[in-house]
Amino acid sequence: MSNYPLLSLAIWVPIVAGGIVLLTGGDRNAPLARMLALIGAVLGFLVTIPLWTGFDVTHGGMQFVELHGWIPRFNINYHLGVDGISMLFVLLNAFITIIVVAAGWEVIQNKVAQYMAAFLIMSGLMNGIFSSLDGILFYVFFEASLIPLYLIIGVWGGANRVYAAFKFFLYTLFGSLLFLVAQMYLFFQSGGSFSILDWHKLPIELGPQIWIFLAFLIAFAVKVPMWPVHTWLPDAHVEAPTGGSIVLAAIGLKLGAYGFLRFSLPIVPDAAQELAGLVIALSLIAVVYIGFVALVQADMKKLVAYSSIAHMGFVTLGFFMFSPLAIEGALVQMISHGFVSGAMFFCIGVMYDRVHSRQIADYGGVVNTMPKFAALFMLFSMANAGLPATSGFVGEFMVILAAVKFNFWVAFLAATSLILGAAYSLWMYKRVIFGDVANKHVEELSDVNGREFLILAVLALCTLWMGLHPQPFTDVMHASVNDLLRHVAVSKIQ
Amino acid sequence: MFDNFVIPDFLPAAPEIFLATMAMAILMIDLFIKDSRRTVTFVLAQATLVACAAIQVFTSTGEITYTFSNMFVDDMMADLLKLFVYMTMVIVLFYSRAYLFERPNMNKGEYYVLALFATLGMLVMISANNFVTVYVGLELLSLSLYAMVAMNRDSLASTEAAMKYFVLGALASGMLLYGMSMIYGATGTLEITELAEALYNGENNRTVLVFGLVFLVSGLAFKLGVVPFHMWIPDVYHGAPTPVTLLIGSAPKLAAFALVMRLLVSGLITLAQDWQQMLIILSVLSMAVGNLAAIAQTNLKRMLAYSAISHMGFMLLGIVTGVVSGDARYALNAYSSAMFYVIAYVLMTTCGFGVILMMSKAGFEADNLDDYKGLNKRSPWFAGVMLIVMFSMAGVPPFIGFFAKFSVLQAVVASGQIWLAIVAVVFSLIGAFYYLRVVKLMYFDAPQDDSVIVAPNHIRILLSANGLAVAALGLAPQVIMSLCAYALLRSL
Repeated sequence: MSNYPLLSLAIWVPIVAGGIVLLTGGDRNAPLARMLALIGAVLGFLVTIPLWTGFDVTHGGMQFVELHGWIPRFNINYHLGVDGISMLFVLLNAFITIIVVAAGWEVIQNKVAQYMAAFLIMSGLMNGIFSSLDGILFYVFFEASLIPLYLIIGVWGGANRVYAAFKFFLYTLFGSLLFLVAQMYLFFQSGGSFSILDWHKLPIELGPQIWIFLAFLIAFAVKVPMWPVHTWLPDAHVEAPTGGSIVLAAIGLKLGAYGFLRFSLPIVPDAAQELAGLVIALSLIAVVYIGFVALVQADMKKLVAYSSIAHMGFVTLGFFMFSPLAIEGALVQMISHGFVSGAMFFCIGVMYDRVHSRQIADYGGVVNTMPKFAALFMLFSMANAGLPATSGFVGEFMVILAAVKFNFWVAFLAATSLILGAAYSLWMYKRVIFGDVANKHVEELSDVNGREFLILAVLALCTLWMGLHPQPFTDVMHASVNDLLRHVAVSKIQ
Repeated sequence: MFDNFVIPDFLPAAPEIFLATMAMAILMIDLFIKDSRRTVTFVLAQATLVACAAIQVFTSTGEITYTFSNMFVDDMMADLLKLFVYMTMVIVLFYSRAYLFERPNMNKGEYYVLALFATLGMLVMISANNFVTVYVGLELLSLSLYAMVAMNRDSLASTEAAMKYFVLGALASGMLLYGMSMIYGATGTLEITELAEALYNGENNRTVLVFGLVFLVSGLAFKLGVVPFHMWIPDVYHGAPTPVTLLIGSAPKLAAFALVMRLLVSGLITLAQDWQQMLIILSVLSMAVGNLAAIAQTNLKRMLAYSAISHMGFMLLGIVTGVVSGDARYALNAYSSAMFYVIAYVLMTTCGFGVILMMSKAGFEADNLDDYKGLNKRSPWFAGVMLIVMFSMAGVPPFIGFFAKFSVLQAVVASGQIWLAIVAVVFSLIGAFYYLRVVKLMYFDAPQDDSVIVAPNHIRILLSANGLAVAALGLAPQVIMSLCAYALLRSL
């Protein structure tokens, strides 16, 4: 199977499908646009399945590699490949795209073709990010994916959408521009190569390493987002339409974390070790402080947005403890968070579509009118809190376990997340779902329809599957994570 | 007395000679053409430009050829830039036609003839190898443009803009001439290649040279429109009729780049340490003032004027990184990156003004930012084209503007001036804001009027092609990048 350019297909099938959907034009053809978008998203997912089935789990290096010259003048190549770290994200992304297309099926009635096309194109670009092995190719995908999301937030977003769209775009652009300058520095240091794999082998002195690490840190910290550059995320989430929130949480946030593993750790390992304390401190602040911030939110989307930041704090914490357990735990957490946060935002979307409010105070007693929904929402809230048997538990547990070995106090602070997570997730659940029917709107609620139920059921199965049997996921990562850690352990200073 | 008169080799200047002849012929022919049949003039002008391009291609030898007693040079750089000038001018005339047609008081043959003379001026500037040739080309271009800015003579704004442009342009020319005369005084030559040798070999009076250089650079800065010599740009862009703004904002930038290359790089490279410092200041100031002032604009043409200032500042970064502490290893890389930047910029800016021209109707200039509200509802396709242009100008991949910025930035980093790259990057970020705002108006806001946009098919097709080129060349920037590098390699 690996003779086919699978990664190129994973990138270009959704983008081409997006182009075709755009051609359907105005809202007269909305049903056609929806149908084409669904076909494109499903096709986009199907072409990624051979990546999983054909993946060699014993091999830690790059697989499904494609290498073509692109801009020979600067030795920039169209160089694609995935390893155990990135492969799962390509699948997750393609999967989430189907969810998103389905999630916007009836809800979006305005400029349907453009809406669907934006998601498909973004999906292709994000696959490009996860599979690029060339720095500039990575950067092109990384930046280009801002454009569709900017439009999604700005065109289909809520009342304060313009502010949120600008904040999102400019924040991310700021981070990535310094990243670009760092890449150029590496280009000249490596004697004219933009290949990420070449950079992995490039010896660099500690001084420049620190600067490069900081440039990377700014780029990826904004994207993750880490405290204190996280403020764009709650705005973006609150204003974005449901689909935008799902993609942003499920995939968008993973891009920054992925950048740490692909760039920061292997390219500047000494600086990463040197400054690990800084990143761990920022991560713990995210886990504890942002956890408390989430607790006091009155807006459900904001609450889940803050909980995302706290969960991503776990991920960055895991990366910088440099143990296989921690990194694998962080990766599992990333994928799990993709399912769970996507589902959480979808649940909030379901309620918002009916009541047009995201305020917790406007709800109460939803279980009386939407029992099926309440059951599924319960599962995801539990997963968000990290309940055993859900996917949310596995990653957090692995990271905490590694942290105990690393340092007791780090583990202690990280473990507060389990309490805080339970507190904000379940308290919100209680206020929204239980109790007496709060008002007329809740009384008139209708339970989830077939489409919504299907989406939630699929996500629920994924959450449970990962929670009960995470081994297929960790097996895929194992070899690559070990390779990475062996690489990081060797100093690059000569 | 005619004993040593040698007939010069006309071939290297064949396109210029043809263009001059045709421009004069069209001027005469136009006298006999009724206003209603102005299309004839248009077709003749376009045919002339296309023929010039053909002549350029067929007479090009790829070698450096001097003629007219070394006053005129033809090399690969000139050939390439001239071809882009022809191409840009053809696009400019196409975009302008409907606009002029709807406004009978401006639809005169003079527009086309002056455009041809302006083109001739650019060609002469590009091929100049002597201070006098430089000056003649520059004045031919400037004088044509002064007149064109005032084409709409009933408009107070246009007249004022023309007046300002003329006075400031004359001042700049004076400075340039003064600088040239100083340098002539120090070296005893007006010829650029001889000047380079004289500076390299001889003992010259450095004080006089640097004194002259300051004036020369000031004059150039005026013509390029970089801070603090940029005052005319916003007023002229704003006041001039949009087709003229389009012309001023596009092809002359190519000629200005050539001017910098001829005067500073070919002629005064030994003084690189001195002029690079000046250009760094001009460049950083331009990026700062251009990007910051653009944010405050409510008029799209004015915004694009400030954007032009910042882009020229960015382009200068490529020029200032050619020689690093006497080491010219990266010179080719640096200059070709600047050249690529200019070409990319011209491509984007023609497309941007093309959209403005397409939107405008008789009595409606479509130059306020608010006129673009809800464009996505009225014409999704052209909103998409404008979106591409805006993101490209902001330097967001995968459009050509990103690779333009990329190539200049890598030249800056190669020269070791990472702080300069960071400054450039920070101002690009600030610049992104106002480009995003145009996208916001088009996509996020509701339209002010729902009228359908009417435009002739040929403009729709050309504009689409232009917009797609901005996107497609972003996916495949290699061709133009290596063309620039190759042309400069063969010319320097």
